[in-house]
Amino acid sequence: MKPRVASVWLSGCSGCHMSFLDLDERLIELADMAELVYSPFVDIKHFPRDVDVALVEGAVSNVENEEMAHIIRRNSKFVLSFGDCATTGNISAMRNQFSAGEIVRRSYVELADDASVLPLEPTSIAQLMPSAVPLHAIIKVDAFLHGCPPSPDQIWFALSELMAGRIPDLPTAYLKYG
Amino acid sequence: MPILTFAMNGHQVSGHDDETLLQIARQHGIHIPTLCHLDGLSDIGACRLCLVEIEGQDKLVAACVTKPQEGMSVHTDTERLQRYRRTIVELLASEGNHQCAVCVVNEHCQLQDLAYAVELQYVRFPYLYPKRTLDATHKDFVMDRNRCVLCSRCIRVCHEVEGAHTWDTAGRSFHCTIMADMDQPWGTAASCTSCGKCVWVCPTGALFEKGQTVAEMEKHRDFLKYIVTARRTGEWIAEEEEGE
Amino acid sequence: MTLEELHQLAEKERGRQQAFTNRVLVCSSTGCIACNSGMTRDGFITAIKEHDLENEIEVVGTGCMGLCALGPLALIEGDGRLYRNVDGSVASAIVARHIVGGEVVDDNMLDTDDPFFASQMKIVLEHCGRIDPGRIEEYIAVGGYSALAKAITEMKPEEVIEEIRKSGLRGRGGAGYPTGLKWDVSRKAPGDQKYVICNGDEGDPGAYMDRNVLESDPHRVLEGMAIAAYAVGANQGYIYTRAEYPLAIERLKVAIKQAEKHGLLGNRIFESHFNFRIDMRIGAGAFVCGEETALLRSIKGRRGRPRPRPPYPSENGLFGAPTVINNVETLANIAPIIDRSGAWFAGIGTPNSTGTKIFALTGKIEHTGLIEVPMGIPLREIIFDIGGGTPDGTEFKAVQTGGPSGGCVPKEHLDLPVDYESLKAVGSMMGSGGMIVMDSDSEMVDVAKFFMEFCVEESCGKCIPCRVGTRHLHLLLEKITRGEATADDVALLEELCIMVKETSLCGLGQSAPNPVLSTLRFFREEYDELLKPVLGYEPSKPEADPS
Ligand SMILES: Cc1cc2nc3c(=O)[nH]c(=O)nc-3n(C[C@H](O)[C@H](O)[C@H](O)COP(=O)(O)O)c2cc1C
Ligand code: SF4
Ligand code: SF4
Ligand code: SF4
Ligand code: FES
Repeated sequence: MKPRVASVWLSGCSGCHMSFLDLDERLIELADMAELVYSPFVDIKHFPRDVDVALVEGAVSNVENEEMAHIIRRNSKFVLSFGDCATTGNISAMRNQFSAGEIVRRSYVELADDASVLPLEPTSIAQLMPSAVPLHAIIKVDAFLHGCPPSPDQIWFALSELMAGRIPDLPTAYLKYG
Repeated sequence: MPILTFAMNGHQVSGHDDETLLQIARQHGIHIPTLCHLDGLSDIGACRLCLVEIEGQDKLVAACVTKPQEGMSVHTDTERLQRYRRTIVELLASEGNHQCAVCVVNEHCQLQDLAYAVELQYVRFPYLYPKRTLDATHKDFVMDRNRCVLCSRCIRVCHEVEGAHTWDTAGRSFHCTIMADMDQPWGTAASCTSCGKCVWVCPTGALFEKGQTVAEMEKHRDFLKYIVTARRTGEWIAEEEEGE
Repeated sequence: MTLEELHQLAEKERGRQQAFTNRVLVCSSTGCIACNSGMTRDGFITAIKEHDLENEIEVVGTGCMGLCALGPLALIEGDGRLYRNVDGSVASAIVARHIVGGEVVDDNMLDTDDPFFASQMKIVLEHCGRIDPGRIEEYIAVGGYSALAKAITEMKPEEVIEEIRKSGLRGRGGAGYPTGLKWDVSRKAPGDQKYVICNGDEGDPGAYMDRNVLESDPHRVLEGMAIAAYAVGANQGYIYTRAEYPLAIERLKVAIKQAEKHGLLGNRIFESHFNFRIDMRIGAGAFVCGEETALLRSIKGRRGRPRPRPPYPSENGLFGAPTVINNVETLANIAPIIDRSGAWFAGIGTPNSTGTKIFALTGKIEHTGLIEVPMGIPLREIIFDIGGGTPDGTEFKAVQTGGPSGGCVPKEHLDLPVDYESLKAVGSMMGSGGMIVMDSDSEMVDVAKFFMEFCVEESCGKCIPCRVGTRHLHLLLEKITRGEATADDVALLEELCIMVKETSLCGLGQSAPNPVLSTLRFFREEYDELLKPVLGYEPSKPEADPS
């Protein structure tokens, strides 16, 4: 059976996933090696069980992210922090100098073009955590893929090593912040 | 000047008794990481990255401020030192607001270089996200305190080389900040000659030139060698350190 | 002034005092002033007037008598009776019943045979609470400045140093460095200009030994400094103390003026070629300014930040000149050693920790106050005999020595002799002499957190391990006390403690982790009780996936 791979988009800009798509023709190769069981690229609603490798983009910034992080950890053998926001908080954490209340007010009232309403409905947006934190602050992470975004080559290296059943030696092979 | 012989990482090395362990190490091609040290400025032993072990002595010493002793045996890269250096970089990463992706000196930053050197994968401590200020009131330069690692190189170059003493430290502990003159906007600091030296010696993107965008700025620090040599010898040349 | 004149002055003052039939000594140091001892003094004066005894009874404001918790204190010199909680009305009762009537006022009398007094041994504090610190004559009358006279007129500087070396005196500022050795280095260091500095910064929480000496017997410190200056060849001294000590500053200023007026400071002291002046420098109350290299910078008016040593101040100190820096209590030990000999001093205490030590007993203890005991005294004796044990029937748990730089000593070590080496062996330190007693109600993790918070605030911010490391240590301790930490956090705490200890630049950072390390060593179960388990993960049940 092919390894089951998931990719998740938490609080990030989706840049890491864009870079993933930049694998271009190597995506076809990847499709031969692995089965993509959950991802923003595919229409699957629930994070499945028995995932072999989970790539997680973005910081953990709201309660929904936090819940998702635990689900990922429960169901995945290997969790990879995918990109700088997941490893350090990066851009997603620049808001941390301000309170969650200030942030929401700024985005939904001060910067609103017309209808400025605070999203008070519990279901309208997920409640922000007091600060955005890297993934490893919430769950155990097995490896870190740096970069904002990580280059396709970095991603390819990490994935092909993992698909071959090896832990990628990212620190020496591909370490790049920002 | 007496020449002393001693061991470094098991090799025999020699140096003058008024040289530091750091200088002697470099002359012999032994790399010791540094941050607060910069050739041409006074040494303050503050960043603690250059700590080395001396056999038979409990206390670690900072190579940048320690003189050799005949027959001593110095180790510059033990497992313990590596661990401590990594923790120092971790502490620095957690202390400021470092978002490499949007920084002017991305890929030309000495804090990044240190993190690469210790192969920093992730930071075990919570990031502190201090509320710090950015001062863009100077006509040519910007001081972004979010990226400051408090190495005080700007303070020393401005005081020791330029002679203006525009910068100094304000506050204590994690309230420490680098302030201009009497803690006022840099643009209004009368002492500043706009020479730019502080900008060039700053290891990070805390001090940068206006008009530069992400990853554009590379800092050239060679000028210090010229000035310092010129002062000593009266010649406008850069004296290279032996062995480099 | 000549030696002859000094003796005459002493004689004259003794005569003046003997002209009174009795003297009432009222503590006028910070502790008792805070309990309104000004009223006590007025109470005595009024009552004495009422009885028409102004010419027979003198009322004297003195320095600290030691049992600060029971202040205001007053001592009737004639028969040595000591009274506690003396307010105005008690004062008039004492005058009416004790001084006039000849019977003691039982309710307020303190038993001076109590171990609190009987187990103490006063050398540094011998004049504290016995003389008026505002009058140099009183100090001279009890033999003051005779040691300086002896040193200058009878001894060579080398002999003074030799005597101090023989005494075995070690620095009371914390590190316990042998004083004779320090002076010898400064004496031998090349340079025409040398300095002597008295370190009266005293920044650790709970400590007020030095303040007390400065307030109660300032001349003792000036005399010690002058002897040090004579020994090392200095002609200028500085006393560095903090602005939070206004009374000490005031009394020192007065004392310096008086000493100058009598020719005991200034030029040609005791008609010799020895000149010595003392100036005051007031700090703004930063703990780190007590560290000697930071103190040197602060004296120059610069930011109080430590620098790496060597060079040590004794060779390269103030303005680059050889500089002796000694603690207040160290300097207060000098005159008696020169007076009575180094061998006498070496006979007190233990072979490696000679003499006495002042401790400030605070926390959960019956008798809070200042005590002076011979080195090597068992901890048990300090806590239970002198200190009277913990109040309200709680059980003794531990005592923190050395303040934020020290550690706790738990009850299994109660028989530990209190000296430099023994305290170090159990992971604590002598420090400057704070002793904070904890009882069964005290939470040790909270204690560690309290001291860490202090270090976080007081870190000068120069070096990374201390500036950022202590911050994370404090955050980890907070996480633990909130009940949110796991065993991993405690492991990280321990690792960071050792890293900060080994890599910080100065003593502040190097010792800041000590309270954590020592509570971990002796009370690890208190940490463990606060931990939550590390999360284990079971795979989701398919139907329960909520995403
Ligand atoms: C953070 C720190 C604070 C200190 N504070 C004091 C102080 O308040 N008073 C003092 O006498 N020594 C203090 N010291 C010790 C001094 O650096 C120095 O060792 C001492 O004054 C030497 O005097 P001594 O040899 O008489 O003990 C402190 C040291 C450190 C590292
Ligand atoms: S530009 Fe020159 S003078 Fe101005 S602060 Fe920087 S170093 Fe000092
Ligand atoms: S601004 Fe730059 S040079 Fe100055 S202290 Fe900060 S990091 Fe160092
Ligand atoms: S250990 Fe702390 S107080 Fe000492 S130099 Fe470093 S930051 Fe300053
Ligand atoms: S380079 Fe030596 S301590 Fe910073």
